[in-house]
Amino acid sequence: MSNASDVKHTKFYDYHVEAGGKMVPFAGYLMPVQYAGGIMQEHLHTRDKAGLFDVSHMGQVVVDGEGAVAALERLVPVDLEALAIGQQTYATFTSEAGGILDDLIITRWSEHCFFLVVNAACKEQDIKHLRKYLGDLEVTYLSGQSLLALQGPKAKDVIGELTPEANELLFMNGFHTVIGGIECYVTRSGYTGEDGFEISVKDENALALADQLLAYDEVQWIGLGARDSLRLEAGLCLYGHDMDVSKSPIEAGLNWSVSRSRREGGSRPGGFLGSGQILKHLADGVAKKRVGFLIEGRAPVREGAEIVDNQGNVVGVVTSGGFAPSLQIPIAMGYVNTEFCAVGTTLDALVRGKNRPMTVVKMPMVPQRYFRG
Amino acid sequence: MGETVYTKDHEWLVIVDGVATIGVTEFAQEQLGDVVFVELPDIGALLTEGDEVAVIESVKAAGEINAPINGTVVAVNEILADEPELLNRSPEEGGWMFKVTLDEDYDISELMNKAEYQDYIAVNA
Repeated sequence: MSNASDVKHTKFYDYHVEAGGKMVPFAGYLMPVQYAGGIMQEHLHTRDKAGLFDVSHMGQVVVDGEGAVAALERLVPVDLEALAIGQQTYATFTSEAGGILDDLIITRWSEHCFFLVVNAACKEQDIKHLRKYLGDLEVTYLSGQSLLALQGPKAKDVIGELTPEANELLFMNGFHTVIGGIECYVTRSGYTGEDGFEISVKDENALALADQLLAYDEVQWIGLGARDSLRLEAGLCLYGHDMDVSKSPIEAGLNWSVSRSRREGGSRPGGFLGSGQILKHLADGVAKKRVGFLIEGRAPVREGAEIVDNQGNVVGVVTSGGFAPSLQIPIAMGYVNTEFCAVGTTLDALVRGKNRPMTVVKMPMVPQRYFRG
Repeated sequence: MGETVYTKDHEWLVIVDGVATIGVTEFAQEQLGDVVFVELPDIGALLTEGDEVAVIESVKAAGEINAPINGTVVAVNEILADEPELLNRSPEEGGWMFKVTLDEDYDISELMNKAEYQDYIAVNA
């Protein structure tokens, strides 16, 4: 247990409290799980207008130096050589055994310089991992940098007024810009399934930037509770729940995150940690896999619930589940034996001794609305 | 109309002629947030104080309700099945959860009256 003095605050702490934020410990920080409006209202607001998320607890890291592409490619099964300057990619840090150490977004800032955003709970371990494998490169943790996400269909209208060029960005691209005199790095990305932006800004300018965003009627603070329900509807994994070091990216259903060129028959196959196991999973298939579920009835099925087939055999486990505010029904994701992965398969989750029928569905459960031009 | 008494788990009970109507307090519904599902006991269920008797699921989490007193379930609020959000809107009236006939020698001396409960949440909130 950590004592209260170890708990960190982001620069926005007072803003959260003022907005009625219910502050809870999360990955070493006191973060708002919800505000006065509540999770349901915040979730629907983001799908309808523009939600502002404080994600400053996440780790922002810069890797710089000649050879950065090759060195980083040892840690992620992604084609970084092909990444254009300003372009981003989703990636996993793989383990030697082919599991997932963390998931992250990598942005190419220049020929030899990459900007990484990693999970809050993993950032210390990630930095050690980077330093261990990238000996000759500069690995800089941006400890004085805040991160905001503005997500939802109105996000582009707000950002478009503050920095019009941002609206020309396609999904998973970023650029350095100035908003009301404040330098920031804006990317068109997020964790809600909506069109939206993430803005990295120096701590000393963080509140002034938030003020500019919050000046718009359609912008409202959104807490971690709605962040979780939004990402679940969008079919996005949460590290430590839907994937961890015991799962390969293929078991996690993230086959698309392994670049063609890094696979068997590609131009630079393998060569990343755990590539033997991961390429074997790609070639031979896996015994269990992550899938999405719609639940019958109204009772939510939560993380940890066992999944049984119609004979009552345990065939899987729920890793994320809850009520989907946009659909007004409970949804979940979890791992099941591959024979039960087909869309339309009916299974039961066990909740407090009761069988809750559910059906395997295609993810995302709510369509993603990324801006791809 | 009987007096309302309160538990440390933020349940309220109104006892009239040996039948207790039981629900959760305004404070509890605020803590729970948006309620999306309420699992109620079966009519006829025999309750022993401390047994898990119902579950309130909010968007984020499941909250268990333990029997505050011994007795037999004689009614449940069926409206909550279709309209769980009633528990947020009216936790201490329309959003009551279940009714229990109490054993003859029931004892509520450990429960709090309204003033005591308000002091309790002021300290423990």
